[in-house]
Amino acid sequence: MKLYCLSGHPTLPCNVLKFKSTTVMLDCGLDMTSTLNFLPLPLVQSPRLSNLPGWSLKDGNAFLDKELKECSGHVFVDSVPEFCLPETELIDLSTVDVILISNYHCMMALPYITEHTGFTGTVYATEPTVQIGRLLMEELVNFIERVPKAQSASLWKNKDIQRLLPSPLKDAVEVSTWRRCYTMQEVNSALSKIQLVGYSQKIELFGAVQVTPLSSGYALGSSNWIIQSHYEKVSYVSGSSLLTTHPQPMDQASLKNSDVLILTGLTQIPTANPDGMVGEFCSNLALTVRNGGNVLVPCYPSGVIYDLLECLYQYIDSAGLSSIPFYFISPVANSSLEFSQIFAEWLCHNKQTKVYLPEPPFPHAELIQTNKLKHYPSIHGDFSNDFRQPCVVFTGHPSLRFGDVVHFMELWGKSSLNTVIFTEPDFSYLEALAPYQPLAMKCIYCPIDTRLNFIQVSKLLKEVQPLHVVCPEQYTQPPPAQSHRMNLMIDCQPPAMSYRRAEVLALPFKRRYEKIEIMPELADSLVPMEIKPGVSLATVSAVLHTKDNKHVLQPPPRPAQPTGGKKRKRASDDIPDCKVLKPLLSGSIPVDQFVQTLEKSTHRPPVPFLLEQHGFSDIKVEDTAKGHIVLLQEAETLIQIEEDSTHIICDNDEMLRVRLRDLVLKFLQKF
Amino acid sequence: MDPECSRLLPALCAVLADPRQPVADDTCLEKLLDWFTTVTEAGSSLLLLQENPCLVELLFRVLKSQDLSSRILSFSLRLAGIFAAQEDCFQYLQQGELLPMLFGEVGPLGGAAWTAPAVRSGWIQGLRTLAQHPSALRFLAACGAVDTIFSLQGDSSLFVASAAGQLLVHILDLAMRGPAEGRCSPQACDWPACAQKIVCHIEDSLCSIATPQVTQALNVLTTVFGHCHGLWTQGLWVRLSPLVARLLEKDPVPASHSLVDLLLSVARSSVPSSDRGLWETLAQTLSHLSPTQAGPLALGILKLQDCPQALRTQAFGVLLQPLACVLEAAAQAPGPPGLLGGAAGDPMTVDVLLCSKSACVGLLCCALTHLGLLQPLPQRPSPWPQAPLLGAAVTVLRLCSGSVAPTSDVGGRLCAILVGCGRVQRAALDFLGALSQGAGPQESVMQVFSVLLEYLMSPESSSMVLKKAFQATLRWLLSSPKTPGCCDLDPRTQLFLRELLPVLQKRLCSPCWEVRDSGLEFLTQMTRHWGGQAGFRQALLASEVPELTKQLLQDPESYVRASAVTATGQLSSWGLLAAPASPERPGAQQKSLLVELLHVLCADSEGFPRRAVMQVFTEWLRDGHADVAEDPERFVARVLQAASRDQDWEVRAQGLELALVFLGRLLGPRGSHCPCAVALPEAAPPGTLAQALPEAAPPGTLAQALQVLCRVQLFEFAFRALFDCDRPVAQKSCDLLLFLRAKAAPCGSPQEAGDSPNVASVEATLQRWQAGEQGQPLGYLEPGAVMAVLRSIDLEGLRDTLAESSDHVEKSPRSLLQDMLAAVGVLGENEADCY
Repeated sequence: MKLYCLSGHPTLPCNVLKFKSTTVMLDCGLDMTSTLNFLPLPLVQSPRLSNLPGWSLKDGNAFLDKELKECSGHVFVDSVPEFCLPETELIDLSTVDVILISNYHCMMALPYITEHTGFTGTVYATEPTVQIGRLLMEELVNFIERVPKAQSASLWKNKDIQRLLPSPLKDAVEVSTWRRCYTMQEVNSALSKIQLVGYSQKIELFGAVQVTPLSSGYALGSSNWIIQSHYEKVSYVSGSSLLTTHPQPMDQASLKNSDVLILTGLTQIPTANPDGMVGEFCSNLALTVRNGGNVLVPCYPSGVIYDLLECLYQYIDSAGLSSIPFYFISPVANSSLEFSQIFAEWLCHNKQTKVYLPEPPFPHAELIQTNKLKHYPSIHGDFSNDFRQPCVVFTGHPSLRFGDVVHFMELWGKSSLNTVIFTEPDFSYLEALAPYQPLAMKCIYCPIDTRLNFIQVSKLLKEVQPLHVVCPEQYTQPPPAQSHRMNLMIDCQPPAMSYRRAEVLALPFKRRYEKIEIMPELADSLVPMEIKPGVSLATVSAVLHTKDNKHVLQPPPRPAQPTGGKKRKRASDDIPDCKVLKPLLSGSIPVDQFVQTLEKSTHRPPVPFLLEQHGFSDIKVEDTAKGHIVLLQEAETLIQIEEDSTHIICDNDEMLRVRLRDLVLKFLQKF
Repeated sequence: MDPECSRLLPALCAVLADPRQPVADDTCLEKLLDWFTTVTEAGSSLLLLQENPCLVELLFRVLKSQDLSSRILSFSLRLAGIFAAQEDCFQYLQQGELLPMLFGEVGPLGGAAWTAPAVRSGWIQGLRTLAQHPSALRFLAACGAVDTIFSLQGDSSLFVASAAGQLLVHILDLAMRGPAEGRCSPQACDWPACAQKIVCHIEDSLCSIATPQVTQALNVLTTVFGHCHGLWTQGLWVRLSPLVARLLEKDPVPASHSLVDLLLSVARSSVPSSDRGLWETLAQTLSHLSPTQAGPLALGILKLQDCPQALRTQAFGVLLQPLACVLEAAAQAPGPPGLLGGAAGDPMTVDVLLCSKSACVGLLCCALTHLGLLQPLPQRPSPWPQAPLLGAAVTVLRLCSGSVAPTSDVGGRLCAILVGCGRVQRAALDFLGALSQGAGPQESVMQVFSVLLEYLMSPESSSMVLKKAFQATLRWLLSSPKTPGCCDLDPRTQLFLRELLPVLQKRLCSPCWEVRDSGLEFLTQMTRHWGGQAGFRQALLASEVPELTKQLLQDPESYVRASAVTATGQLSSWGLLAAPASPERPGAQQKSLLVELLHVLCADSEGFPRRAVMQVFTEWLRDGHADVAEDPERFVARVLQAASRDQDWEVRAQGLELALVFLGRLLGPRGSHCPCAVALPEAAPPGTLAQALPEAAPPGTLAQALQVLCRVQLFEFAFRALFDCDRPVAQKSCDLLLFLRAKAAPCGSPQEAGDSPNVASVEATLQRWQAGEQGQPLGYLEPGAVMAVLRSIDLEGLRDTLAESSDHVEKSPRSLLQDMLAAVGVLGENEADCY
């Protein structure tokens, strides 16, 4: 069993598991932090961005000045943003049989995999994952395609040139594999390969393994996966949450008794408690708006935004913000708000029950009805007519490199009355803000990450007790910035195995058993014999038939009736040899008794002509790691008694060997 | 005894002794016992039994009856104990052999009833009451009761077990009080047999290998030294102390909690004056017990008034140990040894701190709490290591917030255990607050303020932690030194304020109401103390805090609204609520607050904000708030009108408080007798209420004051309150009217209005009000009529009636007996009062 690690990002994993005869890809997350190296794509012509000076080498050489621009001491690539794909060289991705998706954030690289690697398998995901994943991809494609950029920079990627660049460009990894965003056509094609599944549904893969999605509690439709055969169980935990937010709670019980638990997608901000952050978010929002400032919340169009809107729904009246407009701007804003209301079966119990009242499960419906929350596909069109300040705007993209957020950053960045509040934990807010410097607006960092923290992980592991834990290397040591926080790492026994990008792990367990079915008529013919209470044995002669990874014991075909010359011969060739078998032995040899028997002089050997033989008087017994050795010194004979074998080593005296063998057999059961 | 009760008693006894009659409830039986106790305390029990033979008969019948409830049996045992407490009555009951039958082995002791804990408890309590005289001691010895009590010490019922221990102490005390009194010889031969037996039992228990027995013995001894003050206790200690000391040799020390209690109890008794060895035992115990167990002992020792300095030092060391370990573990570089008064990090304490989260948290919380309790005591150790303690508290808080990066291994593990631990954070913040009473080096104080600010800012601070952080901050702010020669805040505090106010501002916007509430409380307190300080005023007015506070008057949470009312009231008192009013419209902003608060008083659906408004208004009136001073009559009239309609009795009571303040301002404070002598305008401070009295009223006359009171309809309010269904309101109103009458009496009535037609109608209305029909208003009252009515009402009588508890009529023994009989249907009709 092997694990191929194609992504180094702990929360955007992409791993391939080879298990039995199947090749299973676990998630295909897309690392978008690469876009932070690019200049933002403004929706409206931005004189500031277009007038940034080109960057030149220390010696004044300015051959890169078209590709690289400088802003407040940082250098950015002036080109269409590109993403860092999962490894494609480590394993032939056309051999992947299935892809299991755990949540909508972890499928963003799907079109790259399914459309460009020869992949012919099936993708499994829950319905909300697919629908919301589609929205995220649609938004991404839309954000990038609606601001076409003629220029595509590639000079800087040359290894010799990259070395000369300032950080962080200099240190960017695998830049040659960075790719531009996929197209909507590719998205559609990729999504058409997905087969929808429900929680706890058992899906057979070629009869060899069974995969099952379990609720992970993190997002609408988010899942952990169980991949199991009859005797082995691998759990894949990715992006789970134990907090009570909108999705169905996490199913922990089904993760029990795993041989291996692959653990990814823990919180990216282990030191911040989501409740505290929501409080911080609300307080800062209220303070800004009261002062007449605007609040900008860069966010994804689905996920935490539902919880934030719910909090605000309860909070705005108490904070006297009822008259402040909330705008949600995204090409998929409408679909996202509406989709959330129809996935009742994927919601937490509380929200499910509302559906029967009937009430919309999320209160943002009421915010929309009362005109407190308005949503628009983009800043163009209706929005510009309705726009009223001060206001609160939720819009993407959280990287601040594309999407409507770029416009608001340019618009509001100059006033210290305004505030940008970062709630998504995926991007470093300081890096996100770099191309907007100098910036007068206030910046508040309230990352809300509801995924498991290390305390919850340690409780979870105690509860489900996997034999082995496998996780990204980042989780096996405290974060570099807080190296003293020994509690910010996974602490389990045996220690977790860690992986990094482009590494292949041999998972530490051996398959020992395989399930074989016995046909009823064959089973009928068996005559079990009880060898000890509760354990019966029977010998069986049969034909093992293997197809689609299923093994069946069938009765051996009867010897064919002689019907004709040639045919008969052929038939008899097929029949396995059904020799009369020697009886099978079972039981253990009690060494003391065995030795006593050897010593007894009155012992009558079973072979008549050895009647006069005396007992052995010079017996020595040695204990070994596996059993015992009985040494008959005079006869130069060794009897090795081990758990599953007994050897009589007696070079010259076949008679003696046979006698000893029969003695040994006396202590064993035969059938 | 009341003849009526005597008449009812036989029937009641018959009911009690009849197993077919269920007895109402336990409380009736308890009340009955209370009553018998009162009766026997007042007179002779013997006489009582002779006059009421039914009582003895009851006891006999109880003994004979087979299927009587355990409650009645228990009751009878306790009743017999009450009677037998008097020696002559004891003899009387002895003659009938009643007592051995009740308390001896032939009684319930051997029967099935003994399985009921109530019976065992009744048996013990009966004996406890009975054991008052030498005859009782002989009786106890004769019937072998002491052995039974020994066994009851380990009873499965905790109440029985504890009562058994106390009974042993009582018997021992009784035995030693007689012949042995005044002797302190430890020689057992001098002691009465009964006492000897008990002491031997204690000795055996102390030597036992079973911890529960050791615990029992230690608990008995703790009670002995806590409650018995005879000289013999010193002898007892001399005799038992070697056994107690031997407990310390065991590992682990058995029953350490009880041992600590005993040693502290002995240390507080008269023993130390005779036995200096006690201090050695205490010192040994401190060093033998684990750090967690030793903490309470150390605190107890430090609280003792008189104790050797060496022991105090040792005890203080024990308390400081955990903090010393923390300081040492978190130190970036090895600091000077013995940072905390010679207490270096002891490996044993470090082990406890690191062994588990609960042990670590427990030990640290105890250490912090103990030191916090010690801080304000006059006998606290001196020199008090203020600076290292400040450092330790700050370090603990930083470890909990994860903002310190210890380099040592121990520090790292401590940090992992403590990070985010709310319990330690709260304890440490409380402790830090307590430390504000002492000064500290400049650098430490800076650290304190910085860690407090860190906590107030952190989104990770829970609402309880924030509350504590606010409290600690307030204590530190208020204790910060004044700049010499300048009455304003020192520059450091001002700097801190400038950082603090934005945080407070954010906290007032918190979605968590507890946080908003504690923020407002903090603001109120700060303003109360610093409202007059220019530095504070300047910083506050430059912030948005006053505006936010005012907005919180509309908060959805009633507690927050109440706190916002108090806070705005306080801000307004100091003129801090808004930017200084423009010259054209002085006080325009303030007036709107008055209107707003009146609106809260009239319209808020919850009691807390309305109560808060009444308190603010009372304060405003008392302090002569400018806004009130403008037209106090109108103000009082509006407030009283609103308060009189309020459903909440506390609001009405506060209304009377406000009325009293108003009276005080008009007529002079309570206690000064002749209001005529009070020259109103001169006596009152400038710019306050008195100046604003109607100009038409010439100062110094009661008549005008009464006119004012009539105009604001204070009398209508007070008379209504007089018949309020809530007693505290009625009492307060009664006090107010009595005060008013006393003030007015010496001056005579301005106009004899006894026969005025108005008086009759007022009295008629009042009578209807008293009867519960409060619909009709009094209408406008003339001062003369008011005085006449005041004189005609029996206010003193009313006050006395109100002073009685509300069930005083129903509490009589006769009523009790009637109730009990009525409950079982013995009385023909139910004459009982319902209560």
